Amino acid sequence: MPLLEVTDLKTHFHTRNGIVRAVDGVSFSLEKGQTVGIVGESGSGKSVTCYSLLGLIPMPPGKIESGSAIFGSTDLLNCGEKKLCQIRGKRISMIFQDPMTSLNPYLRIATQITEPLRLHMGMDRKRALKHAIRALGEVGIAEPEKRIQMYPHEFSGGMRQRVMIAMALITNPEILIADEPTTALDVTIQKQILDLIKERQRELGTAVLFITHDLAVISEVCDEINVMYAGNIVERAGAEELFKNPRHAYTRALLKSIPALHAKGEELYTIPGLPPDVSQPINGCAFRPRNELGDSAKCLPNHRPVLKDTGAGHWVQDCPGCLA
Amino acid sequence: MPYLQIIDLKTHFPVKNADPIKAVDGVSLDIHQGEILGLVGESGCGKSTLSRTVMQLIAPTGGQVILNGEELTSLSASEVRHRRLDFQMIFQDPYASLNPRMTVFSTLAEALRTRQPKLAGSDLNHAIAELMERVGLDWRYIRNYPHEFSGGQRQRIAIARALAPQPKLIIADEPVSALDVSIQSQILNLLNGLVAELNLTMIFISHDLSVVRYIADRIAVMHFGKIVELGESEQLMKNPRHGYTRELLASIPKIRDTA
Ligand SMILES: Nc1ncnc2c1ncn2[C@@H]1O[C@H](COP(=O)(O)OP(=O)(O)OP(=O)(O)O)[C@@H](O)[C@H]1O
Ligand SMILES: Nc1ncnc2c1ncn2[C@@H]1O[C@H](COP(=O)(O)OP(=O)(O)OP(=O)(O)O)[C@@H](O)[C@H]1O
Ligand code: SF4
Ligand SMILES: [Mg+2]
Ligand SMILES: [Mg+2]
Repeated sequence: MPLLEVTDLKTHFHTRNGIVRAVDGVSFSLEKGQTVGIVGESGSGKSVTCYSLLGLIPMPPGKIESGSAIFGSTDLLNCGEKKLCQIRGKRISMIFQDPMTSLNPYLRIATQITEPLRLHMGMDRKRALKHAIRALGEVGIAEPEKRIQMYPHEFSGGMRQRVMIAMALITNPEILIADEPTTALDVTIQKQILDLIKERQRELGTAVLFITHDLAVISEVCDEINVMYAGNIVERAGAEELFKNPRHAYTRALLKSIPALHAKGEELYTIPGLPPDVSQPINGCAFRPRNELGDSAKCLPNHRPVLKDTGAGHWVQDCPGCLA
Repeated sequence: MPYLQIIDLKTHFPVKNADPIKAVDGVSLDIHQGEILGLVGESGCGKSTLSRTVMQLIAPTGGQVILNGEELTSLSASEVRHRRLDFQMIFQDPYASLNPRMTVFSTLAEALRTRQPKLAGSDLNHAIAELMERVGLDWRYIRNYPHEFSGGQRQRIAIARALAPQPKLIIADEPVSALDVSIQSQILNLLNGLVAELNLTMIFISHDLSVVRYIADRIAVMHFGKIVELGESEQLMKNPRHGYTRELLASIPKIRDTA
């Protein structure tokens, strides 16, 4: 049995401009020790998927319309806030996309980073502080004894992000949800952080759900990758397979847009058209109007393609205009 | 003469009972008009502090910033406010840098009026339409609020706002790292076009070396508050001299197989 099994998750926002179908039927699973990635368009529902699992969707306007997320014997989507509080930040922790919204600007780093230790692990102040200083050192903060007494605004962008990472790892969670954990970090520190996470996985069997726009990073760290577009998973495959043999037209267009693959001064490839307006009901496939790399003549209008296993764990929406 | 001259610039932050943090510690750089300078370096090495000091948002501990022959560090606060129209900053976070209670129209109108206070009526509409077109946004979005846009559209609003006062220098601090690669490419195409068309001068900060190589004419590598290497971008990537630059290049993650 997988450590976490998410089935048909739908999270919608009921706004004055209509129903935003941010996540619209997402299923995936996560095994102990495994790293599963999610990539996809800006606004495709990656963060909302994570928030849904941890009960962090503002309701209203948000609503979990359907689905289950089975973690051990608990359904995270239906277990109630009290149960979730015991899990969140202890057995499942999250590194948020924006460090400034999740760090309190008025509290010293020391106070914030020792809180989970005192709350979930019953440590006294002195022990917690010692532990926290070590954790800051592990994410590459120089002079952690001095730095831990400072406030968030005295840290650089990347240093704040590393504080978040240290906080998320400090309780030895079974699942780590990492939403763009290294966007503000240079490549050397990024490598140090990714190695640290890998080491924890080896030692403790931590499972990681990893979200990023950096395709090189995701190809290096993930066992399996999900590609999201407009609230749906459109393709899923092992990391090597996905980059070697992308099948969905969106995945192919995404990989073609990587700036690194272009010569200096050459015009960069971009996906034509606009992201879909998810506040309007979409008949069939949301990517159809932008399918330029597949054979759009073979697209099926008014047809909602479903994921199909095309062999060796490579799943893709079963639809002729993409697979052609 | 270089358009922007940074001479021995220092920004130190005092720390109680300890040595100050020397975030910027003797940086000298010359940037020519129409040039894109890439700025890279370890997290915490002082890139944002250097930008904010050049923008006169923080007072330097020492050194000079000379823009177009004029020494900014010796100007009064009100003169700086006036000059600031010439240099704009695109902040890293398009979510936090736009006012959530202002529509695109009011955001851009406010930014345009900093340079032309009397702009109104059809002239204002015309100027806004031109800006929107430049960054590739449809006029029908004009009454929308920031939360109604995708990340990439919001970033383009932030860029349109930075362009509104007709700046001559733009400092862009990680302008694309939060965006998917297709939208990144869209923004990079846009910035490249603007620099060519308007002869803008730009400092482009990013941790993504492949993006910096693509867009920058020269790259400056910063380490512990100092510039340790500076060179023409392809040259520097091919033939790094400083140990830290080599380490940086060796750590670039690569896509399995296709790389
Ligand atoms: N509170 C909210 N009210 C209304 N719509 C929302 C709300 N939160 C998110 N959305 C919408 O849900 C959709 C999915 O957002 P989400 O943050 O999950 O995107 P994402 O895939 O994480 O994108 P990015 O890569 O830019 O972080 C977007 O269209 C967004 O505008
Ligand atoms: N207001 C402040 N008070 C004290 N120290 C500060 C302040 N602002 C920045 N610093 C320190 O100055 C140094 C440089 O920070 P800066 O934000 O310039 O780094 P950066 O190169 O932009 O890093 P990143 O890539 O992580 O954003 C860091 O050690 C930081 O902690
Ligand atoms: S082939 Fe099907 S899944 Fe692919 S873009 Fe066309 S309609 Fe969508
Ligand atoms: Mg997100
Ligand atoms: Mg910075």
